[in-house]
Amino acid sequence: MEELLKLIETNPTLTSAQLAVMLECSQEQVEKMISECTAKGIIKGYRAVIDWEKTGTSMVKAMIELKVTPKKGRGFDEIAMAIAAMDEVEGVTLMSGGYDLLVEIRAKSFQEIAMFVFKRLSPMDDVNETATHFVLRPYKQAGIIFHEDEEDTRGLNAL
Amino acid sequence: MIDYSKYLNKAIRDIPLSPIEKISMMAREVDDCIILGVGEPDFKTPWRIREAGIQSLEKGRTWYSPGLGLLPLKKAICEYQKRRFKLEYTPDEVMVTVGGSEGIDMLFRVMLEEGDEVILPTPCYVSYDPIAKMCGAKVVEVELKQENNFRLSARDLKKAITDKTKILVLPFPGNPTGAIMEEEDLLAIADVIKDTDIFVMTDEIYAELTYGEYHHVSFASIPGMKERTVVINGFSKSYAMTGWRLGYALGPRPIIDAMATLHQVAVICAPITSQYAAVVAMNECDGEIDAMRHQYDMRRRFLINELNAIGLPCYNAQGAFYVFADIRGTGMTSEQFCEKLLLEGHVAVIPGNAFGKAGEGFVRISYSYSLDHLMEATKRISAFLKTLK
Repeated sequence: MEELLKLIETNPTLTSAQLAVMLECSQEQVEKMISECTAKGIIKGYRAVIDWEKTGTSMVKAMIELKVTPKKGRGFDEIAMAIAAMDEVEGVTLMSGGYDLLVEIRAKSFQEIAMFVFKRLSPMDDVNETATHFVLRPYKQAGIIFHEDEEDTRGLNAL
Repeated sequence: MIDYSKYLNKAIRDIPLSPIEKISMMAREVDDCIILGVGEPDFKTPWRIREAGIQSLEKGRTWYSPGLGLLPLKKAICEYQKRRFKLEYTPDEVMVTVGGSEGIDMLFRVMLEEGDEVILPTPCYVSYDPIAKMCGAKVVEVELKQENNFRLSARDLKKAITDKTKILVLPFPGNPTGAIMEEEDLLAIADVIKDTDIFVMTDEIYAELTYGEYHHVSFASIPGMKERTVVINGFSKSYAMTGWRLGYALGPRPIIDAMATLHQVAVICAPITSQYAAVVAMNECDGEIDAMRHQYDMRRRFLINELNAIGLPCYNAQGAFYVFADIRGTGMTSEQFCEKLLLEGHVAVIPGNAFGKAGEGFVRISYSYSLDHLMEATKRISAFLKTLK
């Protein structure tokens, strides 16, 4: 199971037949495992990793640190889920250390992100403090190196 | 204008240009070409091995080592061989070499003379033949056949033996075929050898890369064979350390001593930074080997299954990191197939005849590449094969 998950995490386009050969089991077993993992919410979805900078599409990302007030009995869940429900938000993570929640957000411009923080996050009752960090350039995302692909310098004369 | 060829000896002039050179030159001209040709791991040397090399440099350990290698390394090699392959050697039966290839060179040079014969099961790694010929020896090829899973049979071996046979080369697990020899196959070979004077060089550089239930058996572990065998091994393939140029030879002391004499005048010693790194490899990295083997094995099953499915038959190779695909059905020679695949399908693979005449009709495809790379390559090969119909 773990092996299957590792494989599809890095190669989501492998077919169940290909996976079956690699894992030495039947195609039916692979399909069963995948549907079980999906049903249990272990597999959350499949996404392509895109370097938007190369497309010329205007795209700005930011990481926002939030200090919040946890609620009695529900801890950070309520405020975290409320933020996660916003369309602009790509990720919400509870952190240890100097702040509580890390919010990842993507928008068309710096202005749009500033407005989002200013109009939607900051006014929330339980949000005490925000610190917005704009992403200047991603170098590696989801295990994939951006910009300079690591070149395969091995020669064909290596016999 | 000086005719430089007149300075070169006949043996080197007679060594033909390898078909690999041609494909390699062509591949450089093809844009967007995906290569499945190389014979080295895609993994990086495990970090703690690199770290040990770096630390030795930081400490300024940059001198020559003793000619035969650092004693801690030789001890570690003996322990490793005992642990992994049940071989019993003492440090004075070990010579640390510049890659496995130096061991091959040294052994041939201290043993072979004009008129001697070397039995070479082919297709095989490309260095044995020219080195033997440089020593004036005659190479007697024994053809390995697909129907026999490219294993050497005792019957074929017997037919190749003459009173001039001095060395039998056992290159298993094999490059380019990925063939292995199981214990019973080796016992049959030993049975032929025991009544002769033939010495055996077993090149076990891919010993750690065998798949499925099978675990490599060293020819030197077959009863009665250690006394007449030199084992060649190294760090390049199992530890992804090709560029460190480090290997070793294990054998009877008088032979190792003779090789050492030549080694000391020819290269002095193997690179010392690599030797310090290799001590850590031998002592601490069995887990890293297993992890890399596991990855290779998944890719191997993927590739063999895909190639068979798209109409490029290949047998179930159980060793090294190559599959040896049968292209005879296309009606082309190995070189024609490789050139056409390169120019039209933008995939570079190696023609089987580069590894001896017996490799004609096959191509070597390496799976020391990421899965993404292999998926794209098999798609292209599939599209290319459809254009041939």
